[in-house]
Amino acid sequence: MVYVPHTEAERHEMLAVIGVESMEELFLDIPAAHRYPQLELPEPLSELEVMQELQELSTASLNANEVPTFLGAGAYRHWVPSVVNHIIGRSEFATAYTPYQPEISQGTLQAIFEYQSLICDLTGMEVANASHYDGATATAEAVIQAVSASRMKRKKIIVSPHVNPQYRQVIHTYTQGMGLEIVGEATSGALAELVQLVDKQTACLIVQSPNFLGELESLEGLAAEVHARNKKTLLAVATNPLSLGLFTPPGAYGADIVLGEGQPLGLGLNFGGPYLGFYATKSKYTRNLAGRLVGQAVDEDGQRGYVLTLSTREQHIRRERATSNICSNQGLMALAAAVYLSTLGKDGVRKVAELNYQKAHYAAQQIDTLATFSVLTTKPFFNEFVVQCPAPAAEINEFLLNGWMFDIIGGYDLSEDYPDRQNQLLLAVTEMNSRTEIDDLVHALAEFEAHRISGGDHE
Amino acid sequence: MSERLIYELSVPGRRGTQPPKLDVPPTALPTELLRDELPLPEVSEIDLVRHYLRLSQLNYSVDHNTYPLGSCTMKYNPKVNEAAANLPGFTGLHPRQDEATIQGALYIMHQLQEQLKEIGGFAGMTLQPAAGAHGELTGVLIMRKYQRERGETQRDTILVPDSAHGTNPATTSMSGLRVVEIPSDERGNVDLAALKSQLSDRIVGLMLTNPNTLGLFDENLLEIIELVHECGGLVYGDGANMNALLGIMRPGDAGIDVMHFNLHKTFSTPHGGGGPGSGPVGVAEQLVEFLPGPVVRQAVSAEDEFPYYTLHTPSKSIGPVKSFWGHFGVIVRAYTYIRMLGAEGLRRAAEHAVLNANYLLHHIKDVYHVPYDRTCQHEFVVEGHFEDAPGIRALDIAKRLIDYGVHPPTNYFPLIVHEALMIEPTETESKQAVDNYAELLLKIAVEARETPELLQKAPHNAPLRRLDEVRAAREQILRYIPVDSRR
Repeated sequence: MVYVPHTEAERHEMLAVIGVESMEELFLDIPAAHRYPQLELPEPLSELEVMQELQELSTASLNANEVPTFLGAGAYRHWVPSVVNHIIGRSEFATAYTPYQPEISQGTLQAIFEYQSLICDLTGMEVANASHYDGATATAEAVIQAVSASRMKRKKIIVSPHVNPQYRQVIHTYTQGMGLEIVGEATSGALAELVQLVDKQTACLIVQSPNFLGELESLEGLAAEVHARNKKTLLAVATNPLSLGLFTPPGAYGADIVLGEGQPLGLGLNFGGPYLGFYATKSKYTRNLAGRLVGQAVDEDGQRGYVLTLSTREQHIRRERATSNICSNQGLMALAAAVYLSTLGKDGVRKVAELNYQKAHYAAQQIDTLATFSVLTTKPFFNEFVVQCPAPAAEINEFLLNGWMFDIIGGYDLSEDYPDRQNQLLLAVTEMNSRTEIDDLVHALAEFEAHRISGGDHE
Repeated sequence: MSERLIYELSVPGRRGTQPPKLDVPPTALPTELLRDELPLPEVSEIDLVRHYLRLSQLNYSVDHNTYPLGSCTMKYNPKVNEAAANLPGFTGLHPRQDEATIQGALYIMHQLQEQLKEIGGFAGMTLQPAAGAHGELTGVLIMRKYQRERGETQRDTILVPDSAHGTNPATTSMSGLRVVEIPSDERGNVDLAALKSQLSDRIVGLMLTNPNTLGLFDENLLEIIELVHECGGLVYGDGANMNALLGIMRPGDAGIDVMHFNLHKTFSTPHGGGGPGSGPVGVAEQLVEFLPGPVVRQAVSAEDEFPYYTLHTPSKSIGPVKSFWGHFGVIVRAYTYIRMLGAEGLRRAAEHAVLNANYLLHHIKDVYHVPYDRTCQHEFVVEGHFEDAPGIRALDIAKRLIDYGVHPPTNYFPLIVHEALMIEPTETESKQAVDNYAELLLKIAVEARETPELLQKAPHNAPLRRLDEVRAAREQILRYIPVDSRR
């Protein structure tokens, strides 16, 4: 009996204390017709057998850490310092519940308080919550925050088409019952055009920088323009937190909400999760925040400590009037991000961001020298850019992966989300890509080009 | 005992992890876009490790001792789960890789989908939701869309029993629907008369936690489901308490139309101090096409020598509820757990969870008032106060348990019980551990009469004494502010 410690004798003794003859008697409230179904599940295995099976399955996929990878589009391959997984793997953090008893949960509580502080410092904002599930759900919660701050009076939401398509889809999913008007996705994405849509009914404008195409949006003056059209409209900016190691944070440009996907901060790719939604806003909106918040407190002896605070916003107190239904969040992932930001620190985070910038620019410059590939990104960018290709992006990726034995994981095919962006590849370059990997990529693209020009069949 | 903040350990110029040197020719940085300062801490790696080690020692966890937090299913988290989830071939997969290169991962997701369908009695399953409350949102949006697709657009109400988790009503209003609360009867069941009075063609459905938060299996379950179905409504099952039912009853067989699982409760994945969780949602046949996309499908071609797995978006999908495909790291852990236990192991887990709960209940029920004295399921609720010890509240009992080295139960929930203590021992606690917990509760009941100040001032030997939560809420210090910039 795996993980159940009871011996036969103990089981009998316990049943006798309860006053029943058998286990079955504990389940008499369950409708007899449905009691004890036969579950068709595979036979149980020993730990050795399970690990053998999983080891085999884990090698049945192509590990993006073992080959040159240029795929980003919302999830990025970065170096995870060894201390990060060491610390989040500690039982004391990993096997604790949400810190409802602060006297014996100071480890988790202080770590979250530090995380909140680090996110504030990184984004240039005043208050950050303890986390959301990921960047997409954080974006949807921003919409809800903006609409509820207006007491459901302003129901128009403007979203740039250059916000990550998954984030936009999740906004639509979350708000399908709220009767909102969501506009902007059919525009060119130019900020001037989006600002023109702000009116009396607008709860918020959501932009992303670096946006889904990798470009840095010019946020200078945007908040002022939005607020000039409607001082109650909130400006929410989704961002890549690692880019803030280098660039002026949205908070310094006057954004009302700054949020995004925290995965670049020390979380592995993990096939898409668990990741981390980070979320920061201005102090005046603290009470509209979703999710948990940790605050500083003192105990009866005057010692400093930390507690979950302002919980009257939350579901377990306010029930149907809560700011969100969120309960479990990404506590351990927030801890990972805090460790990542602390171990790299002031100097290291900037350096990693700079490595991303430099390597991506080097790759872009090299690719741009090819005759039939050209870099379309003209605005400043961080670690991702768009390449116009001489063939469908899927075909290029297929060639990189399998053709000529390159084993390169290529970029993201933008036509999947933007039908007018045929033959466009979104490439991400991080500190993980050595110069050799980048040169190999350029070489492979040149091979594709040469092969194509010579009329060869590259199926 | 308290630990300084990481910022307070910072020394200008100190470094932890060092990034590599640049190996490509540099490009000029766009100076007008660069930030002026980056006010992050500067610590060495050893200072950092010691800081977090000391912090970890201020935490209580399942690996320390008994953690009978009601409705949270704090069972042991097997270490093989961690080994499995940390295999480099899983942690290194990019979610947008070509399908042909992620077959191992898709296989595991497909297997877990099928296994959860079998365990719950459902026709369809999504692994995408990130937590229980997220699963609830997914389920309620599915129910709403189903009703609208069949033209029942006037349906705008979800019925929620008064014993429900707070997430149920919060989810309902987030979905743009109206909440109507249904009271419980004197046996802790849903009050049938009250339910009947609310049934109409405005009902989207009922959200039911069963076993409910009193730890009781609703004796009228089948009748409740039939009543809701008769009026065209759907029944949502809150699967937070599924640990009582593994291999005992399949909620889908009883007519539950939608239910979320909590992999971080029932299927032994660690809670991480508040996440990550995972909240897969199972649905009945008529709702399969409404699941959030994508789900994993096995390619049906008969000629295929090897099965091939694809990501597929259902035709009437409510849309994705998050980025990518779900908390894969948590999915691998839950898959590992199910593979280790098999059908019989799961049933035995549920049986012993219920055994432990009833055994503990029997030891203390003459001393602690039990508002609904029935055979309980995996948890039970008692009142944490005594008539002859008027100064003692449930909170005092909880804090005194800390002094004895165990974790308190959930207190002040469910709201329908006065001074509630909600206790869920789980199956992984031994008889000795349960005996110890019972003895402590009995001892504290004596202390409550004889030395009440011991309880009122507890905890005495935790890292901190009781914290002033009222003052914390008023002062709202929610981040570190350097001393020199404080006004």
